[in-house]
Amino acid sequence: MKYLDEFADPELAARLLSEIRAVTTRPWPIMEVCGGQTHSIIRHGIDQLLPDEIEMIHGPGCPVCVTPVEMIDKALEIAARPEVIFCSFGDMLRVPGSATDLFGVKSAGGDVRVVYSPLDALRIARENPERQVVFFGIGFETTAPANAMAVYQARRAGLANFSLLVSHVLVPPAIAAIMESPACRVRAFLAAGHVCSVMGTSEYPALAERYRVPIVVTGFEPLDILAGIRRAVIQLEAGEHRVENAYPRAVPAEGNPAAQAMLADVFTVTDRAWRGIGTIPASGWRLAAAYREYDAERRFEVAGTGGAESTECRSGEVLQGLIKPRECAAFGTACTPRRPLGATMVSSEGACAAYYLYRRLEPAGRS
Amino acid sequence: MTGGPVMTAASHDGDTGMTAAPSRPDLAADLSAWTCPAPLRDYPRVVMGHGGGGAMSAELVEHLFLPAFGPAGTAGDPDGLGDCAVLTDPLPLGTAGAQLAFSTDSYVVRPLFFPGGSIGELAVNGTVNDLAVSGARPLWLSVAFILEEGLELAELSRVARAMGRAATAAGVRLVTGDTKVVDAGHGDGVYITTAGVGVLAGGVDIRPSRVRPGDAVLVSGQIGVHGVTVLSCRDGLSFATELASDTAPLTGLVEAMLAVGGGAGRGSASGRGGGGGGGGGSVHALRDPTRGGLAAALNEIARAAGGAGGPGAGVGVEINERDVPVPPAVADACGLLGLDPFYVANEGKLVAFVAPGAAERVLAAMRDHPLGRDAAIIGTAVEDHPGIVTARTGLGASRIVDLPLGEQLPRIC
Repeated sequence: MKYLDEFADPELAARLLSEIRAVTTRPWPIMEVCGGQTHSIIRHGIDQLLPDEIEMIHGPGCPVCVTPVEMIDKALEIAARPEVIFCSFGDMLRVPGSATDLFGVKSAGGDVRVVYSPLDALRIARENPERQVVFFGIGFETTAPANAMAVYQARRAGLANFSLLVSHVLVPPAIAAIMESPACRVRAFLAAGHVCSVMGTSEYPALAERYRVPIVVTGFEPLDILAGIRRAVIQLEAGEHRVENAYPRAVPAEGNPAAQAMLADVFTVTDRAWRGIGTIPASGWRLAAAYREYDAERRFEVAGTGGAESTECRSGEVLQGLIKPRECAAFGTACTPRRPLGATMVSSEGACAAYYLYRRLEPAGRS
Repeated sequence: MTGGPVMTAASHDGDTGMTAAPSRPDLAADLSAWTCPAPLRDYPRVVMGHGGGGAMSAELVEHLFLPAFGPAGTAGDPDGLGDCAVLTDPLPLGTAGAQLAFSTDSYVVRPLFFPGGSIGELAVNGTVNDLAVSGARPLWLSVAFILEEGLELAELSRVARAMGRAATAAGVRLVTGDTKVVDAGHGDGVYITTAGVGVLAGGVDIRPSRVRPGDAVLVSGQIGVHGVTVLSCRDGLSFATELASDTAPLTGLVEAMLAVGGGAGRGSASGRGGGGGGGGGSVHALRDPTRGGLAAALNEIARAAGGAGGPGAGVGVEINERDVPVPPAVADACGLLGLDPFYVANEGKLVAFVAPGAAERVLAAMRDHPLGRDAAIIGTAVEDHPGIVTARTGLGASRIVDLPLGEQLPRIC
């Protein structure tokens, strides 16, 4: 765990920045896919230090941000039931549904608990056999293995009072959807390092080839991000479009086979709605048939509520990298972290919240 | 005091056979340090009657709280720890121009005990430090307990003894108090509210509105230690760390700073305020950055500061991220949990805004004090962006350090 300081070394960062400057001759819009990378870029001010030609476009890789309102509403409905203990990661609690958020349900008497692992929810289920324990399983390929493990263990232990509200999404279909968008400006991707540490890199060469974009698997600390940008720019300047791994200390090419086997057993690929973007075919996971009885949506028969998005919120365009947060009229006025209109203002990984927290002093012209 | 039979822990245990319970090996050890009359023996845990204001409440005071508080309590005083204390002690700083400072705070901590302390130390030091950073010398505290039915008396005694020790160390006395009991399941064992009274020497004037652009921003030591320690032993999140809470009374550190920097602002140089190295009044504002961490303390001062536009106009604050002392264990834990050390709670630390000419002198005095060994100058108050705190990042870029919205929420991945 010495990574944090070593991978933020200012001298090494300055060296990488000058290398990036030396190879850059033209404007290159590059998308970092993962919200963790967005947070790191804005918090450390990496985008301020890059040459003007390099524009970082913030991608849809924040699990909190892309979970659709309809799914949040289902969570709220389940969490409000008296027999339910609703367990969630902390940053989902403030995500607005149509009418309220999980904090609101909790203050109205709902038993909503913040846990740090789905296995904690499993423990709560064992300790409370008379209650229904539901875990809110959201996120990308990174968080999915632990959620799969929880369901797998629940079935093995015959734990009938545990279920998972699943809203898992996948990175490669999102990359394809962004590239298919007519307004797409992205010329290269920094792929999400921790997603690849689970899934490996085998899904990416086909994308790089089809859309002729460099894809660089990238980590999260400042030096990791600069190294990823440097490799992307070198490829762009050379007219290449390969998959490279700039995060080998965490990402073996084959990923984590044990996690992949668990995922293949417990989940099956499905279409998913992405908040602000719409439905992307084959872009998520749901529980496989053998585990269907652990699906909270079935167990509680929550119907689609058709939850309405705020009409002012332009988070969909932000998530696709079409606008910067400040270009939205509601940014910092009608929409702040205290009263978010859309999920990108909620999580610190969301582009709008990151800009609000760290950047609202700057004039709107600078990105 | 009503007297009555005082039984030793040994005979207590002998009567109830409690030492036979092997699952509670710590119980006998805890009980050995306090004495207990028969009625308490009947209830090894808090029952509703302990908050009823009758004989059981009185016994709790006489046989648990007073012995536990020790010399900081009012044992031996027939009117001690009653509903109201008449403060007859002479004021220590003289009465010429002296002012009273008054503060209150409530303490809600999970778990009750953690490496380096407990809710007991926090309840004393928290109020002591709120007084100390106003420039006052804290003298008297009130203590109100809200106890959850079912709490082990041995645990309550550990908390009360921690309060006694902390009060003795801080030079304050626990002079009045109250106890209420709530039903099991309606509290986290113990909630404590303390209020404190302190005395400011004539001329001492420390408040945010005295801050001006150009002031140096100092922090007295490593940040984030207490918050990460408490997180590390919280249910469902236990992780190994060598950290222990840094809870401590700041009175001595503040007095050492005022002795060289002075805290007087209203034209008076009398008393200790203007003394020492001739920098009279150069300590402009102090804060103990507890909940909300360093970021909240800096934002509060930035918004309330005097600034170029006159009193209350606010100043900007610029800090250098790399100058802020963050111990590696805190940085690692925050990295793992997706938290920002600037927002993590501290105990036994302070933030100071000091006139530029006196900053080095005040820093040296802080480093000479055991609680200020790792003190550092971390930034400056500026005319730009009044009310807003910015940080120069390790890479040389700039960002806002905002007031935290509420509790930090650990990120998903």
